[in-house]
Amino acid sequence: MSAVKQGKSRYGMVIDLDLCTGCGACMVSCASENNVPPAQKGTTERTGLTWMRVAKAENGLPFPESRGVFFPVLCQQCGTHTPCVAVCPQQAVDVDPETGVVGQMAERCLGCRYCMVACPYHARYFNWNDPVWPAGMEKTLNPAVATRMRGVVEKCNFCHGRLQAAKAKAAAEGRRDLHPGEYVPACVEACPAGAMVFGDLNERTSDVAQAAADPQAFRLLEKLGTGTKVYYKSRHDWVRRMGRDGKEA
Amino acid sequence: MLLAFGVYALARCLILGLNQTNMDNRFAFGLWIFLDLTVIALGAGAFFTGFLLYILRRHELKSVINSAVVIGFICYSGAILLLMVDVGQPLRAWFTFWYPNVHSMLTEVTFCITCYLMVLAIEYVPVILKNRKLRYIPSFLCFEFELHKLMYVLAGVGTFLSFFHQGSLGGLYGVMQARPFAYREGFFIWPSTFFLFIASAMAAGPSFLVLTTMLVEKISGKRLVEHSVLSLLGKISGMILIVYVFLKSLDTMVWINHTSPSAGVEAYRYYQWQPFGSWILFAEIVLFGLAPALILMNKSKREDMRWLVSAAALVCSGIALNRFVLTIQTLSLPSLPFDPFLSYSPSWQESAAFLAVVAYGVLIYSFSYRYLPLFPQERDLEASHVSH
Repeated sequence: MSAVKQGKSRYGMVIDLDLCTGCGACMVSCASENNVPPAQKGTTERTGLTWMRVAKAENGLPFPESRGVFFPVLCQQCGTHTPCVAVCPQQAVDVDPETGVVGQMAERCLGCRYCMVACPYHARYFNWNDPVWPAGMEKTLNPAVATRMRGVVEKCNFCHGRLQAAKAKAAAEGRRDLHPGEYVPACVEACPAGAMVFGDLNERTSDVAQAAADPQAFRLLEKLGTGTKVYYKSRHDWVRRMGRDGKEA
Repeated sequence: MLLAFGVYALARCLILGLNQTNMDNRFAFGLWIFLDLTVIALGAGAFFTGFLLYILRRHELKSVINSAVVIGFICYSGAILLLMVDVGQPLRAWFTFWYPNVHSMLTEVTFCITCYLMVLAIEYVPVILKNRKLRYIPSFLCFEFELHKLMYVLAGVGTFLSFFHQGSLGGLYGVMQARPFAYREGFFIWPSTFFLFIASAMAAGPSFLVLTTMLVEKISGKRLVEHSVLSLLGKISGMILIVYVFLKSLDTMVWINHTSPSAGVEAYRYYQWQPFGSWILFAEIVLFGLAPALILMNKSKREDMRWLVSAAALVCSGIALNRFVLTIQTLSLPSLPFDPFLSYSPSWQESAAFLAVVAYGVLIYSFSYRYLPLFPQERDLEASHVSH
């Protein structure tokens, strides 16, 4: 295995929709990895926090032709035109030039929610309430990830805590570069169907780069020109058309 | 009463958080942003009247400038107040000045609105100093005299700042490349909505001034301003509105035929989601745009106060509808095919907070009318009325 040079990485993900069963393990592992607080009383689907949601889509045909698919939607890590970065008035959102990951600084965020309005993937979430963990559950908090306060926006950052941990481990071993597979987000690790592949898209021989180059791979709403780094894959034409063009089947 | 109730609602939002509103992760902007945009457009009368009076020397507008400044001050301070409650972390507002992202339209809006509120406050001072009692203090009189000399500069600065923030408010949505319903191409870094917002605010400002002046005349039962001044305001409003309607129609055609399809969405799809059918586009451009513009351009119609007021009301409603479409309709439309069309209705806290701002505005205006010479012609007009 060749080592990945830091500073030239472009981390991305490919999700095979034909393998996804919609079990939601990615959502749960994401929440527990990133200290996303549990929903409080009165929270709805529209006001809750989840960095990853699994949306169901259907082809709209009657039985027996009816088909369904699950789209796990997380921050798509836009590359060429990053809508949230451009609009944030106080630079609380940035793209890490070393990794290509779009980061959100909760401590800098004003909570104006302009980024949420600008995001076409609805992958950003606002802390409408103070985060509360039920008694005893605070012991499960991940010490590598800071919790967020009320009134700020948060979103997926490809498990930034894990990247830092991998970098620290590499440094301790005297390496400047990460081995492929050394840094993997929680959702990818948790997926029981193995539907998600993660890695450096710039590394042409990597699994993720090869999966992204597959003719069956596509990105959500490609014509928007956001240059996302999360790819989806399906052998079904209607799924590809739906995701890529944003048109209902 | 209303003010106290609204302040209670505002306090709840500040202390308990924005969970008091009905906004959510997709409807991240709600009633407040829609009204902020509307109110700031209606308050444009202050800068535009100032520009016409001090820079273009339309001296007949002197009789409404004080009222225009007070309305502008109320609109801007009210909007900023609501914005401060609307953000999740109001205490971090200064971050925008300290870590500004120069690419963000919201940065431009924040800078210009804050500066312009200061300009309005300074413009308000000479009006206050004209109070009957305060005039007896010689130093105040001197200060007022000196400030008056500055008015040309302030009007210039105000016009410059207003151009930018009215435009940036339009740019706020126009730059969102990934939301094809709102996104517009434009000139250099500014989307077309930047220029359309400036034009529409310039059209709405004088119309709102006509409406408020007529309302105060009705309530006080007095003649406050020569009606020729009001029809002049109507004419100005109509002239700009006709330009706006032309530009807006052009912009809509480009958007339907080029901008939106190249982002992957044929424009007709937006109007398949009820209740926002294509009627809303027709209402915005023809009913609340072309129709009042034609009324105001007609001399005999605009000199008839009933026609003038109706047309001015249509102009102001049209601006509100335009802001509604851009803020609320944009957010209700789904961008991903598996997401639903959403509806939103404001919570009582959101409505009460806005009503508090209205109550605050009415109070400030009433006190200003009672104690300050908002309408310099009032006394002469009353005297001639009595002598008749």
